[in-house]
Amino acid sequence: MAEIVSLAEAVGRAIHDGDAVAMEGFTHLIPFAAGHEVIRQRRRDLTLIRMTPDLVYDQLIGAGCARKLIFSWGGNPGVGSLHRFRDAVEHSWPVPLEIEEHSHAGMANRYVAGASGLPFAVLRGYNGTGLETLNGGYGSAPTIKPITCPFTGETLTAVSAIRPDVAVIHAQRADRSGNVQLWGITGVQKEAVLASERSVVTVEEIVDELDPRPGAVVLPAWTVSFVAPAPGGAHPSYAMGYSARDNDYYVAWDAIARDRDAFTRWLDEQVYSVPAGQL
Amino acid sequence: MTSQMSEERTEIAYTADEMMTVSAARALRNGMTCFVGIGLPSAAANLARATHAPDLVLIYESGTIGAKPGQLPLSIGDGILAETADAVISVPEIFNYWLQPGRIDVGFLGAAQIDKFGNINTTVIGGDYRNPRVRLPGAGGAPEIAASCREVIVVVRQSIRSFVERVDFVTSVGYGSGPGDRERLGLTGAGPQKIITDLGVLEPDPATLEFTLTGLYPGVSAAAAKERAGWDLAVAAEPEIIAAPSPAELDALRSFQRESQ
Repeated sequence: MAEIVSLAEAVGRAIHDGDAVAMEGFTHLIPFAAGHEVIRQRRRDLTLIRMTPDLVYDQLIGAGCARKLIFSWGGNPGVGSLHRFRDAVEHSWPVPLEIEEHSHAGMANRYVAGASGLPFAVLRGYNGTGLETLNGGYGSAPTIKPITCPFTGETLTAVSAIRPDVAVIHAQRADRSGNVQLWGITGVQKEAVLASERSVVTVEEIVDELDPRPGAVVLPAWTVSFVAPAPGGAHPSYAMGYSARDNDYYVAWDAIARDRDAFTRWLDEQVYSVPAGQL
Repeated sequence: MTSQMSEERTEIAYTADEMMTVSAARALRNGMTCFVGIGLPSAAANLARATHAPDLVLIYESGTIGAKPGQLPLSIGDGILAETADAVISVPEIFNYWLQPGRIDVGFLGAAQIDKFGNINTTVIGGDYRNPRVRLPGAGGAPEIAASCREVIVVVRQSIRSFVERVDFVTSVGYGSGPGDRERLGLTGAGPQKIITDLGVLEPDPATLEFTLTGLYPGVSAAAAKERAGWDLAVAAEPEIIAAPSPAELDALRSFQRESQ
């Protein structure tokens, strides 16, 4: 049953060194405030999981929180590269980063398998690609294998389930019991929470009653571990109905991330010296 | 004075990128369903919808179907896409229910590297996979878009670095090593039908499936295009000279770009 706590307490209790953590959000509702709190609490050796690692994962990787990244597209959308991610892969700075790499379809299905309590999912995918040859990465167990349909004999592709220790998402609202509601582009957040052992949900606001919204995803309180109020906690991404995407921030990030010193200054000024929940 | 002004109106200067975007937009037919990649493809798809293809259905991998943005989105999940979409669905659903069964007419992709069989690399360049010279963003939705859309159009700036004999890493399959490979791999779509660059248009040779230069923009020579390819680029006997952007096309494109700033 969800406990409503501060962001610092939620991160402190849910996320431990060495955990596999999925902070999901597909452009919309990205849990930046929670990611910054993970940096501030100096978590280490995390396996970070995300379909679209963008700036918040660039920041976590640059801060040295991650040992491994499981992903399908790592870039600054519409702008270019993630330079902290590239520096880690190309030069092992600040620490080496192991990677396990998939396509979006593969990652989405791996979350579906995790949420479904199945060991794998089936799709048409990867045929003829270098990802198939790599078998999803290196230094870890294979995560992509051919499978024969028992009904037609057709060869399809199996991908192993993702079961994170912790899912972290941002939502528009929760009620006082901890039932969570999110709407707009909802990505794989439902699957990520249901696939995970524990979960942290930051919200724009806590309300007395969740009135229905078209197309909303509702996560009942008993599927969530911690709910933490974090208004504006998706910035520079956005929360539909609450805020707009700060495209200028994404553009400005490029110059900060290109330079180790500029990035280190940014970490000191914008994360380490800022109290939780005041980003 | 008046005739000078009207002459200026028909001879508006344009950039190579504008010509490329206009050319890519023209490749989309009205009423098609189009799975749109971000960047150059998104600008071209939105231009098509604003000009000759008002009923083009734009589908973004964020789960927005039938998006009708009034300005160019910076990402595949900008709020304007969700607010203007016919339907907003989850990410597993967009790939499993919509892309995988072959419901989508055309996949519109970009590339960091592309080879003569239309295979795309957006993963790593140089070195080896574990120790690359350049780490690119990776696959995203592209492998399955390239496999499952009924056809694929690629928009990419042409250079010695981007147009290579063989890609360093096959992120998304075009025609593999040549005829028969898509069938052997079980890829359900027809594969890349056009590569649209800042110099012209390439199409696969019907027999060899090797991409051949079939169209050139005004003022661009086939020799210039051959110089900017990393393989011995085949050129059609008489490449079509593609019309310069019309004032209406340029107005629409520039108005989108102004709105986005």
